[in-house]
Amino acid sequence: MSYEFLQALWFILIAVLWIGFFFLEGFDFGVGMLLPFLGKKDTERRAIINTIGPVWDGNEVWLITAGGATFAAFPHWYATMFSGFYLALFLLVIGLILRGISFEYRSKDSNPAWRRRFDWMIAIGSFLSPFLLGTAFSNLASGVPINENMMYTGNFFTLLNPYGLIGGITMVSVFLLHGANFLTLKLDGELRDRARELSKKLYIVAALAVIVLAATTYIFTDIVTKIGINPGIMPIASVVVMLVTIIFIDRRMEGWAFISTGVHIILTQIAFFTLMFPRVMISSTNPAYSLTIYNASSSQYTLTVMSIIALIFVPIVLAYQGWTYYMFRKRISADKKSLVY
Amino acid sequence: MDPLSLSRWQFGLTTIYHFLFVPLTLGLGWFVAYMQTLYYQTKDEDYRKMAKFWGNLFLINFAIGVVTGIVQEFQFGMNWSEYSRYVGDIFGAPLAIEALLAFFLESTFLGIWVFGEGRVPEKVHLASIWLVAIASNFSALWILLANGWMQHPVGYVINEVNGRAELVDFFALITNPKGWLFFWHTIAAGFVTASFLILGVSAYHIYRQQNLKIFKTSFQMAALVGLIASVLVFLGGHTNGQYMYETQPMKFAAIEAHWETSQPASFSILTIGDLSGKREVWSIRVPRVLSFLACNNLNCEVRGVNDIQKEYETLYGPRDYIPLIVFTYWSFRSMMTVGFIMIALSAFFLFITRRPYENARWMKWVPWVIALPYIANTSGWILTEMGRQPWIVQGLLTVDKGVSPNLTTVDLLISLIGYAVVYGSLGVAMFYLMKKFAIAGPDAALHESIDGESEENGDMSEALPVGR
Repeated sequence: MSYEFLQALWFILIAVLWIGFFFLEGFDFGVGMLLPFLGKKDTERRAIINTIGPVWDGNEVWLITAGGATFAAFPHWYATMFSGFYLALFLLVIGLILRGISFEYRSKDSNPAWRRRFDWMIAIGSFLSPFLLGTAFSNLASGVPINENMMYTGNFFTLLNPYGLIGGITMVSVFLLHGANFLTLKLDGELRDRARELSKKLYIVAALAVIVLAATTYIFTDIVTKIGINPGIMPIASVVVMLVTIIFIDRRMEGWAFISTGVHIILTQIAFFTLMFPRVMISSTNPAYSLTIYNASSSQYTLTVMSIIALIFVPIVLAYQGWTYYMFRKRISADKKSLVY
Repeated sequence: MDPLSLSRWQFGLTTIYHFLFVPLTLGLGWFVAYMQTLYYQTKDEDYRKMAKFWGNLFLINFAIGVVTGIVQEFQFGMNWSEYSRYVGDIFGAPLAIEALLAFFLESTFLGIWVFGEGRVPEKVHLASIWLVAIASNFSALWILLANGWMQHPVGYVINEVNGRAELVDFFALITNPKGWLFFWHTIAAGFVTASFLILGVSAYHIYRQQNLKIFKTSFQMAALVGLIASVLVFLGGHTNGQYMYETQPMKFAAIEAHWETSQPASFSILTIGDLSGKREVWSIRVPRVLSFLACNNLNCEVRGVNDIQKEYETLYGPRDYIPLIVFTYWSFRSMMTVGFIMIALSAFFLFITRRPYENARWMKWVPWVIALPYIANTSGWILTEMGRQPWIVQGLLTVDKGVSPNLTTVDLLISLIGYAVVYGSLGVAMFYLMKKFAIAGPDAALHESIDGESEENGDMSEALPVGR
């Protein structure tokens, strides 16, 4: 396999890991943000958590693996992005810690104040993480100041530009909708109806945000002038998919509504990664300073070894993760007797 | 404080904190899996309760290990970007493999184990806890191979054009003796940590004559495993020491505060240095023991710090290559002393279980042994990582060249204080829960809803399921 082919392959593989992460953890984040608002009683909150209980940790590993794969395949990308977005990533990690620990600890004490505190930590952590990731991804697409030594020369506030914030807000609102659709699909009884009602309201916010993000993408990125692979109709397709979601929500086609927000997330990410390709970090200082899959990658030998390992194990992981979802496919009700605490 | 020192403090503190929880996960998983297997084979309800009780403590500890692990994976890039650029071609691979092969397995099957009881076939439920134990230990292997490479780099060439180390022999990377010696030492230490937790908590209940059957069985099991594992820790450490003498002679000499080359070399029981920490003032020594530690031979020559410093200056250029000896010297002594105490204690516990011991008054004090492995584990890592200084990768890159150049003191103060606050609160919550559930014993209804409806006190198995 040629070096260029391997570099492109690893770009695609990392893109797949991110897409998988956003699709899966997207509804986890949504469920987490909705938890204190949708669940009134303790059993209801437990039921909401249990919809993602067996799987959220596995979903989060997609992010960890994306990080590890970036380190292994594109060390310069990993080094520049992680050190450059230092405070944003610090807050992301804090968000992930707060919510991870809260899922595990909230039911282990019967003090209502204890549970309320952890429920809010779940919500805050589930908000912080997609907000920061959305902001970071928008900044990747529009470019950030990087000098000739592959060093990020901005600071935390450089990231909080209008397009970055639009990205953050959009990711949060799409995940809220994705989470509400997931809950409608997984819950039973009154909670399911409440989730559906919420999903109708959240749809309006998400659709607006998505339209704004798509429109501003034509202003703030080089999507129109870019040489090389063109994202084509991907951004438009992703907007259209988002817009038709409401039909499924209204007609109570719960599976389709969830698939539809899922496909929207996937299309958005495909648009993002094709827009980036073959660049991995765009320099707003000078396009020549941009990091690409060619100047940021590991050696051919390392990429070959890692490819063999990935080709063997990624299908195995997909198989057993998919099997878990099949195992826990049953709807969850807030009925005390059937609830795993 | 400059960004370099703050980054070092942050890495050191977050790593020590993370490793407070890891060894228990490594060891306790096997115990829970074994207990559940006993239940599966005998259908004896006591084994089920045992597996549940220790499994619940396992989960409380596991959660904090997982979330602090995210920081570990990210901070190579965040704080040590130049290190990441220099070694990413090699070091990134085991990290990615760890995530792909171990983390997915561990997290997915833990979810099945926690939520799957009664929903998945019993065999699958049993297999899932075994997979969790295997996967967590497997993840330790990959991260220790990565760390082993930093201590003893193998299978690489320096690419002068790119200015970085590149992998040329993956097989050498995954068979690095340093990594496997760490693995042996660490996994055995995991078993010891779990054994001493079980010994301590069981003693608490035995002393109070509660659930005697469950806790006496646990106590005996842990005493036996604790003895075998603590001896294995010692043997692994001793072998590791000899390999260290060959590959990292400076670290070896620094651990012993062995300043001048001598043959045969004496072992220091107590050395007092001057205020700079770089010169010996006074010491008590046992002749020839250090020679034995270095090469299993009472007569061999052991090179001293000063000679190695001279050699490194000619090899790598002038600078100070001596680690902070006061740390290496004392952390080694604290690790070893506690290690020997644990061997003696577990042998003693195993011996007394041959006769009735449940009424012994000293059982009251046994819960304190839980602290011992934590002292040894932490000392061990301080020793091995501080002994590597000033190198970030032995012989290739020094720590000061690995730090992210764009970080400011303010960035680091924010993150360092942030981690301190969050980790501190997590630690308090975790300690509170561990203590509560350890004391509550296996019959406590572990979780319930708090909606204030009348409590149904139906079938015990309804109340027992362990929740997340």
